[in-house]
Amino acid sequence: MTEVSQGGASRGVSLGIPELPAPDYPADVRARLETDAKEVIARYPGSRSALLPLLHLVQSEEGYVTRTGIRFCAEQLELTTAEVTAVATFYTMYRRKASGDYQVGVCTNTLCAVMGGDAIFDELKQHLGIGNDETTEDGKVTLEHIECNAACDFAPVVMVNWEFFDDQTPESARQLVDDLIAGREVRPTRGAPLCTYKETARILAGFPDQRAGAVEATGGAGPASLAGLRLHRGEVPAPKVVGQRGESATEDAGAYDTPTSPSPAQHPSSHDAPGRTAESDPDNPADPVADRTGDHATEEEGE
Amino acid sequence: MTVEPAEKLLAPVLSAFWDDPRSWTLETYRRHEGYEALGKALAMAPDDLIAYVKDSGLRGRGGAGFPTGMKWQFIPQGDGKPHYLVVNADESEPGTCKDIPLLFANPHALIEGMVIACYAIRSNHAFIYLRGEVVPVLRRLHEAVREAYEAGYLGTNIKGSGFDLDITVHAGAGAYICGEETALLDSLEGRRGQPRLRPPFPAVEGLYACPTVVNNVESIASVPAIIQRGKEWFRSMGSEKSPGFTLYSLSGHVARPGQYEGPLGITLRQLLDMGGGMRPGHRLKFWTPGGSSTPMFTDEHLDVPLDYEGVGAAGSMLGTKALQCFDETTCVVRAVTRWTEFYAHESCGKCTPCREGTYWLVQLLRDIEAGKGRTEDLDKLQDIADNINGKSFCALGDGAAAPIFSSLKYFRAEYEEHIEGNGCPFDPARSTAWADKSRTEAHA
Ligand SMILES: Cc1cc2nc3c(=O)[nH]c(=O)nc-3n(C[C@H](O)[C@H](O)[C@H](O)COP(=O)(O)O)c2cc1C
Ligand code: SF4
Ligand code: FES
Repeated sequence: MTEVSQGGASRGVSLGIPELPAPDYPADVRARLETDAKEVIARYPGSRSALLPLLHLVQSEEGYVTRTGIRFCAEQLELTTAEVTAVATFYTMYRRKASGDYQVGVCTNTLCAVMGGDAIFDELKQHLGIGNDETTEDGKVTLEHIECNAACDFAPVVMVNWEFFDDQTPESARQLVDDLIAGREVRPTRGAPLCTYKETARILAGFPDQRAGAVEATGGAGPASLAGLRLHRGEVPAPKVVGQRGESATEDAGAYDTPTSPSPAQHPSSHDAPGRTAESDPDNPADPVADRTGDHATEEEGE
Repeated sequence: MTVEPAEKLLAPVLSAFWDDPRSWTLETYRRHEGYEALGKALAMAPDDLIAYVKDSGLRGRGGAGFPTGMKWQFIPQGDGKPHYLVVNADESEPGTCKDIPLLFANPHALIEGMVIACYAIRSNHAFIYLRGEVVPVLRRLHEAVREAYEAGYLGTNIKGSGFDLDITVHAGAGAYICGEETALLDSLEGRRGQPRLRPPFPAVEGLYACPTVVNNVESIASVPAIIQRGKEWFRSMGSEKSPGFTLYSLSGHVARPGQYEGPLGITLRQLLDMGGGMRPGHRLKFWTPGGSSTPMFTDEHLDVPLDYEGVGAAGSMLGTKALQCFDETTCVVRAVTRWTEFYAHESCGKCTPCREGTYWLVQLLRDIEAGKGRTEDLDKLQDIADNINGKSFCALGDGAAAPIFSSLKYFRAEYEEHIEGNGCPFDPARSTAWADKSRTEAHA
């Protein structure tokens, strides 16, 4: 995300001598991939639609999109390698160099970044001694920062081979990569026990995960997804609407200021913020759920 | 004004059984009236079905709020060409996190909705374009489609109706722009995901230049409930122009982030009140009503009804109902810089205002954040955003301008502080999810 300017320098510019055609796959590999490719192509009314899945497929063979993979896709779909390359380089999920078995992606889009994604990413860079889009020497972990992965209610989010690791901290993320490197089994908070990056790419090509238990792993929905439903059912104690100054707090939500509670923060438009209402006035006795107790003293008062 | 209890304000429909231990299975879905709407729909004439969905007032949940039934009606009939339904499951707009949990917990609601929609528009082949970065969801979609074929809800002669339908699940490969419906179609045709010129609209020349409906996951998944319980029931929620239920996604510095399904028109204040407010000891500073592409709001806007008209009248857009809430520890310049970096990264490069403008915005914002900005830069930001907004080829450009305009409108003073104070006055450590936990522990 931060590499707004990407000079072409990294891949080198070769002038004059044209590249030799990419080598083909060994015959047995090619035969196997051709069978898969036929199945993929048959899913679409127009064969070219199979290109994205086929690129996932060749990635499942070699871990990244090689020139051989591009040649294979081109041959299957009767395209030029230039046409395939143009597509492969447009999409961020296609890797252009050999990478690790586990792709660890830290969400650093605004919401996760603010909630701690930046700190997690910094921690992992330091801990692993690698930068963005780099791989540990043992070939195990490739570190990346990623964009919003549609899990903001579980922020900060880390993805490993595109399985969800929700509500992370720098410590949990460090443990996670240590486990990956040590070869210990790692389970996501939402998703199936990890498989390798290549195996993941095969699922993305449209071949269902055959492992027993993979579909049902981690159950129905994650806890945040159930927040509203649980409240609706009255299963979570309805939180108190306003924290009493100087006392109170809660089991899980804690005492809190309402969004409109007066604060010294000089919000430029606080002068025309909505007036105090029963539920926003901390001193109003109309507090509907006044029975919460706890120990999160309101020590942040007044910030 | 009294506080309504949550059970009165919320109305879980799509999320009603997400806590069932095997909520994603066909068996669970059937136990909750699953596929009953399909039987009713197949007994109707396709045109009547379209009219029924139109009368329900359902509007698209993908961002723009276009009436769903009307979109279906635009498909020319008797034209002899194949028709297609493409479900937009690309969900990548920053902050947006409703379709992914919906598909993870209840994929059959989408599949049933797709069969109904395809019957209505006379389509025999539908696609689900799922963003690639969500493999757990892909697994469940593969499985749900397999189950639906096995049970005869997909395939040939569905439930003896003579209607045939195939569904192809298609995983994308990481590009926000592929959520834009015409870029999505190019991507689904195996090309770089770049938007197409409109007209022709997808309803006339969409996938493979054939009439195509592109709808959001939540829009289509809402259809079975409308058929099953009736359009009057649907209209009993929300307002005249924004009827029905929807998923609101609460995230950020709130006590209880998550999915809240309720009638359109609920307010952020109501959602926060039932959800436990902001995290303890903090106050709301700014928030987005519908993802990063919708102009931000502040605590002035807590009572804005979160429906298409209400949010529009207050100067923003309902978008995807992604309510990202940030408290007073958050630097608005940091937030906007990060979003702008996202747009610059995701700009497809097709048109100059967006490609060059977002790049330039990032340079200016990074300077300001680092304390190297100048006062004139603020007018320049405004100026560049003006040149992107409404002058770009697709709505990504407008989305990129939204955080700039709105943050300058409400928080210009904070930008000035960065410039005058030579840097950012905020400590990012205080914004993290664990900031207060460690402080509380340290004090204990
Ligand atoms: C940059 C951009 C990204 C978009 N991303 C999505 C998306 O991820 N999902 C979605 O449903 N709509 C997205 N849209 C809106 C779609 O273009 C389209 O309006 C929508 O899918 C229509 O479905 P609906 O009528 O059911 O809302 C995006 C639009 C733009 C401009
Ligand atoms: S506005 Fe941006 S994303 Fe849209 S066509 Fe132009 S360059 Fe591409
Ligand atoms: S910002 Fe990280 S998942 Fe949305």
